[in-house]
Amino acid sequence: MTQPRKAIALISGGLDSMLAARVMQEQGVQVEGINFFTGFCVEGHTHAIRAKDRARPKRNNALWVAEQLGIKLHIVDVIEEYKQVLLNPKHGYGANLNPCLDCKVFMVGKAKQWIEEHGFDFIITGEVIGQRPMSQRKSTMPVVARESGAEDLLLRPLCAKNLPETKPEREGWVERARLYDFSGRSRKPQMALAARFGFEDYAQPAGGCCFLTDANYAVKLNDLWQHRGSRDYELDDIMLLKVGRHLRPKPYFKLIIAREEGENRFLEGYRKQFTHLKTLSHSGPMVLIEGQAGAEDLELAARITARFSQGRDAEAVQVEINDNQGAPRTLEVRPLHNDDIPKAWYL
Amino acid sequence: MEQELDARRILCPLPVIRTQDAVAKLSPGDVLRVIATDPGVVYDIPAWCKVHGHKVLAIEEGREEIRLTIEVGG
Repeated sequence: MTQPRKAIALISGGLDSMLAARVMQEQGVQVEGINFFTGFCVEGHTHAIRAKDRARPKRNNALWVAEQLGIKLHIVDVIEEYKQVLLNPKHGYGANLNPCLDCKVFMVGKAKQWIEEHGFDFIITGEVIGQRPMSQRKSTMPVVARESGAEDLLLRPLCAKNLPETKPEREGWVERARLYDFSGRSRKPQMALAARFGFEDYAQPAGGCCFLTDANYAVKLNDLWQHRGSRDYELDDIMLLKVGRHLRPKPYFKLIIAREEGENRFLEGYRKQFTHLKTLSHSGPMVLIEGQAGAEDLELAARITARFSQGRDAEAVQVEINDNQGAPRTLEVRPLHNDDIPKAWYL
Repeated sequence: MEQELDARRILCPLPVIRTQDAVAKLSPGDVLRVIATDPGVVYDIPAWCKVHGHKVLAIEEGREEIRLTIEVGG
């Protein structure tokens, strides 16, 4: 008997990539999964940070999919390499800061490198023609195959019948007749196939797996670049953009204000790296200062911190300021009134 | 062989990635102790171990830290 052919499946945690992998398993292909962590993945992080999300299962959807399929999942840290994709996307951005087409080219390219290193035969994705406005169009399918270097080793089982034959089909590693011809934005064919495979409780498909597609996140990231004077970032920067209220009273500093207990705990993890404020006389949020704030700025920051504390209506609130250089000091301040916080400060 | 991995103050999936990298350098039967602070590890590391054939021997959830003991599979 011949050895089964081996494919690596890009697993996002959504339904389409799960179905694509299952379709290959049905044809006797040995499948393993690969998942890339860019730093912008919604997966895991926010659920872990926010206390209100703690009632929900904190599962990592890509791992959950791997468990359902009974396949190995390799999670790859691409945080550093991904910077070039985000900062200089050859094909530009989508509606926000999402470089979807460059991202797909990058990930398929990484998968190509992986199959060469691990002796696998081909790559599969859950792409469907017309499913996504930027990256999953008829015209972009060959772009991904070509620019990633995967060429005809890239098979899209859910829409393969709408595309030219790939090597796995030509060589008879898979049967083209048992692949699919899905196209368009409808989810019905995927739902029907999911029902046939007995998949229930899969993650809601479509879009929501990357912060770069989020308009508010894009505003905060653009603000960071503008005020730093360079389009660059570290992992901590992009993590902190996911958390808290961000208020920029001056071009040279902003406040990151925890909105609830989970965010308080998370921001406390950064207290040694940032000047931070905390109310003493009333319960209130953990507040970080990003940038360089002078004495007057710190007083303003203290009044804003007081505004978001339980003492917002009090005459005076004690706020501790700690710049990690010597002992913390305490200011007694009148909380800033809501009307005195311009809307433009909110990012 | 026993090894310890400090995965504190990083959020999932990074503790899983660090676990994956550490296990790759170990041999079947070796034990890896992971210390983490993200509560998500209680779900994600066992899920990762399950699909890769490693065994979670113990999970201790403290107030601040979570400790997982993993035996590397064959």
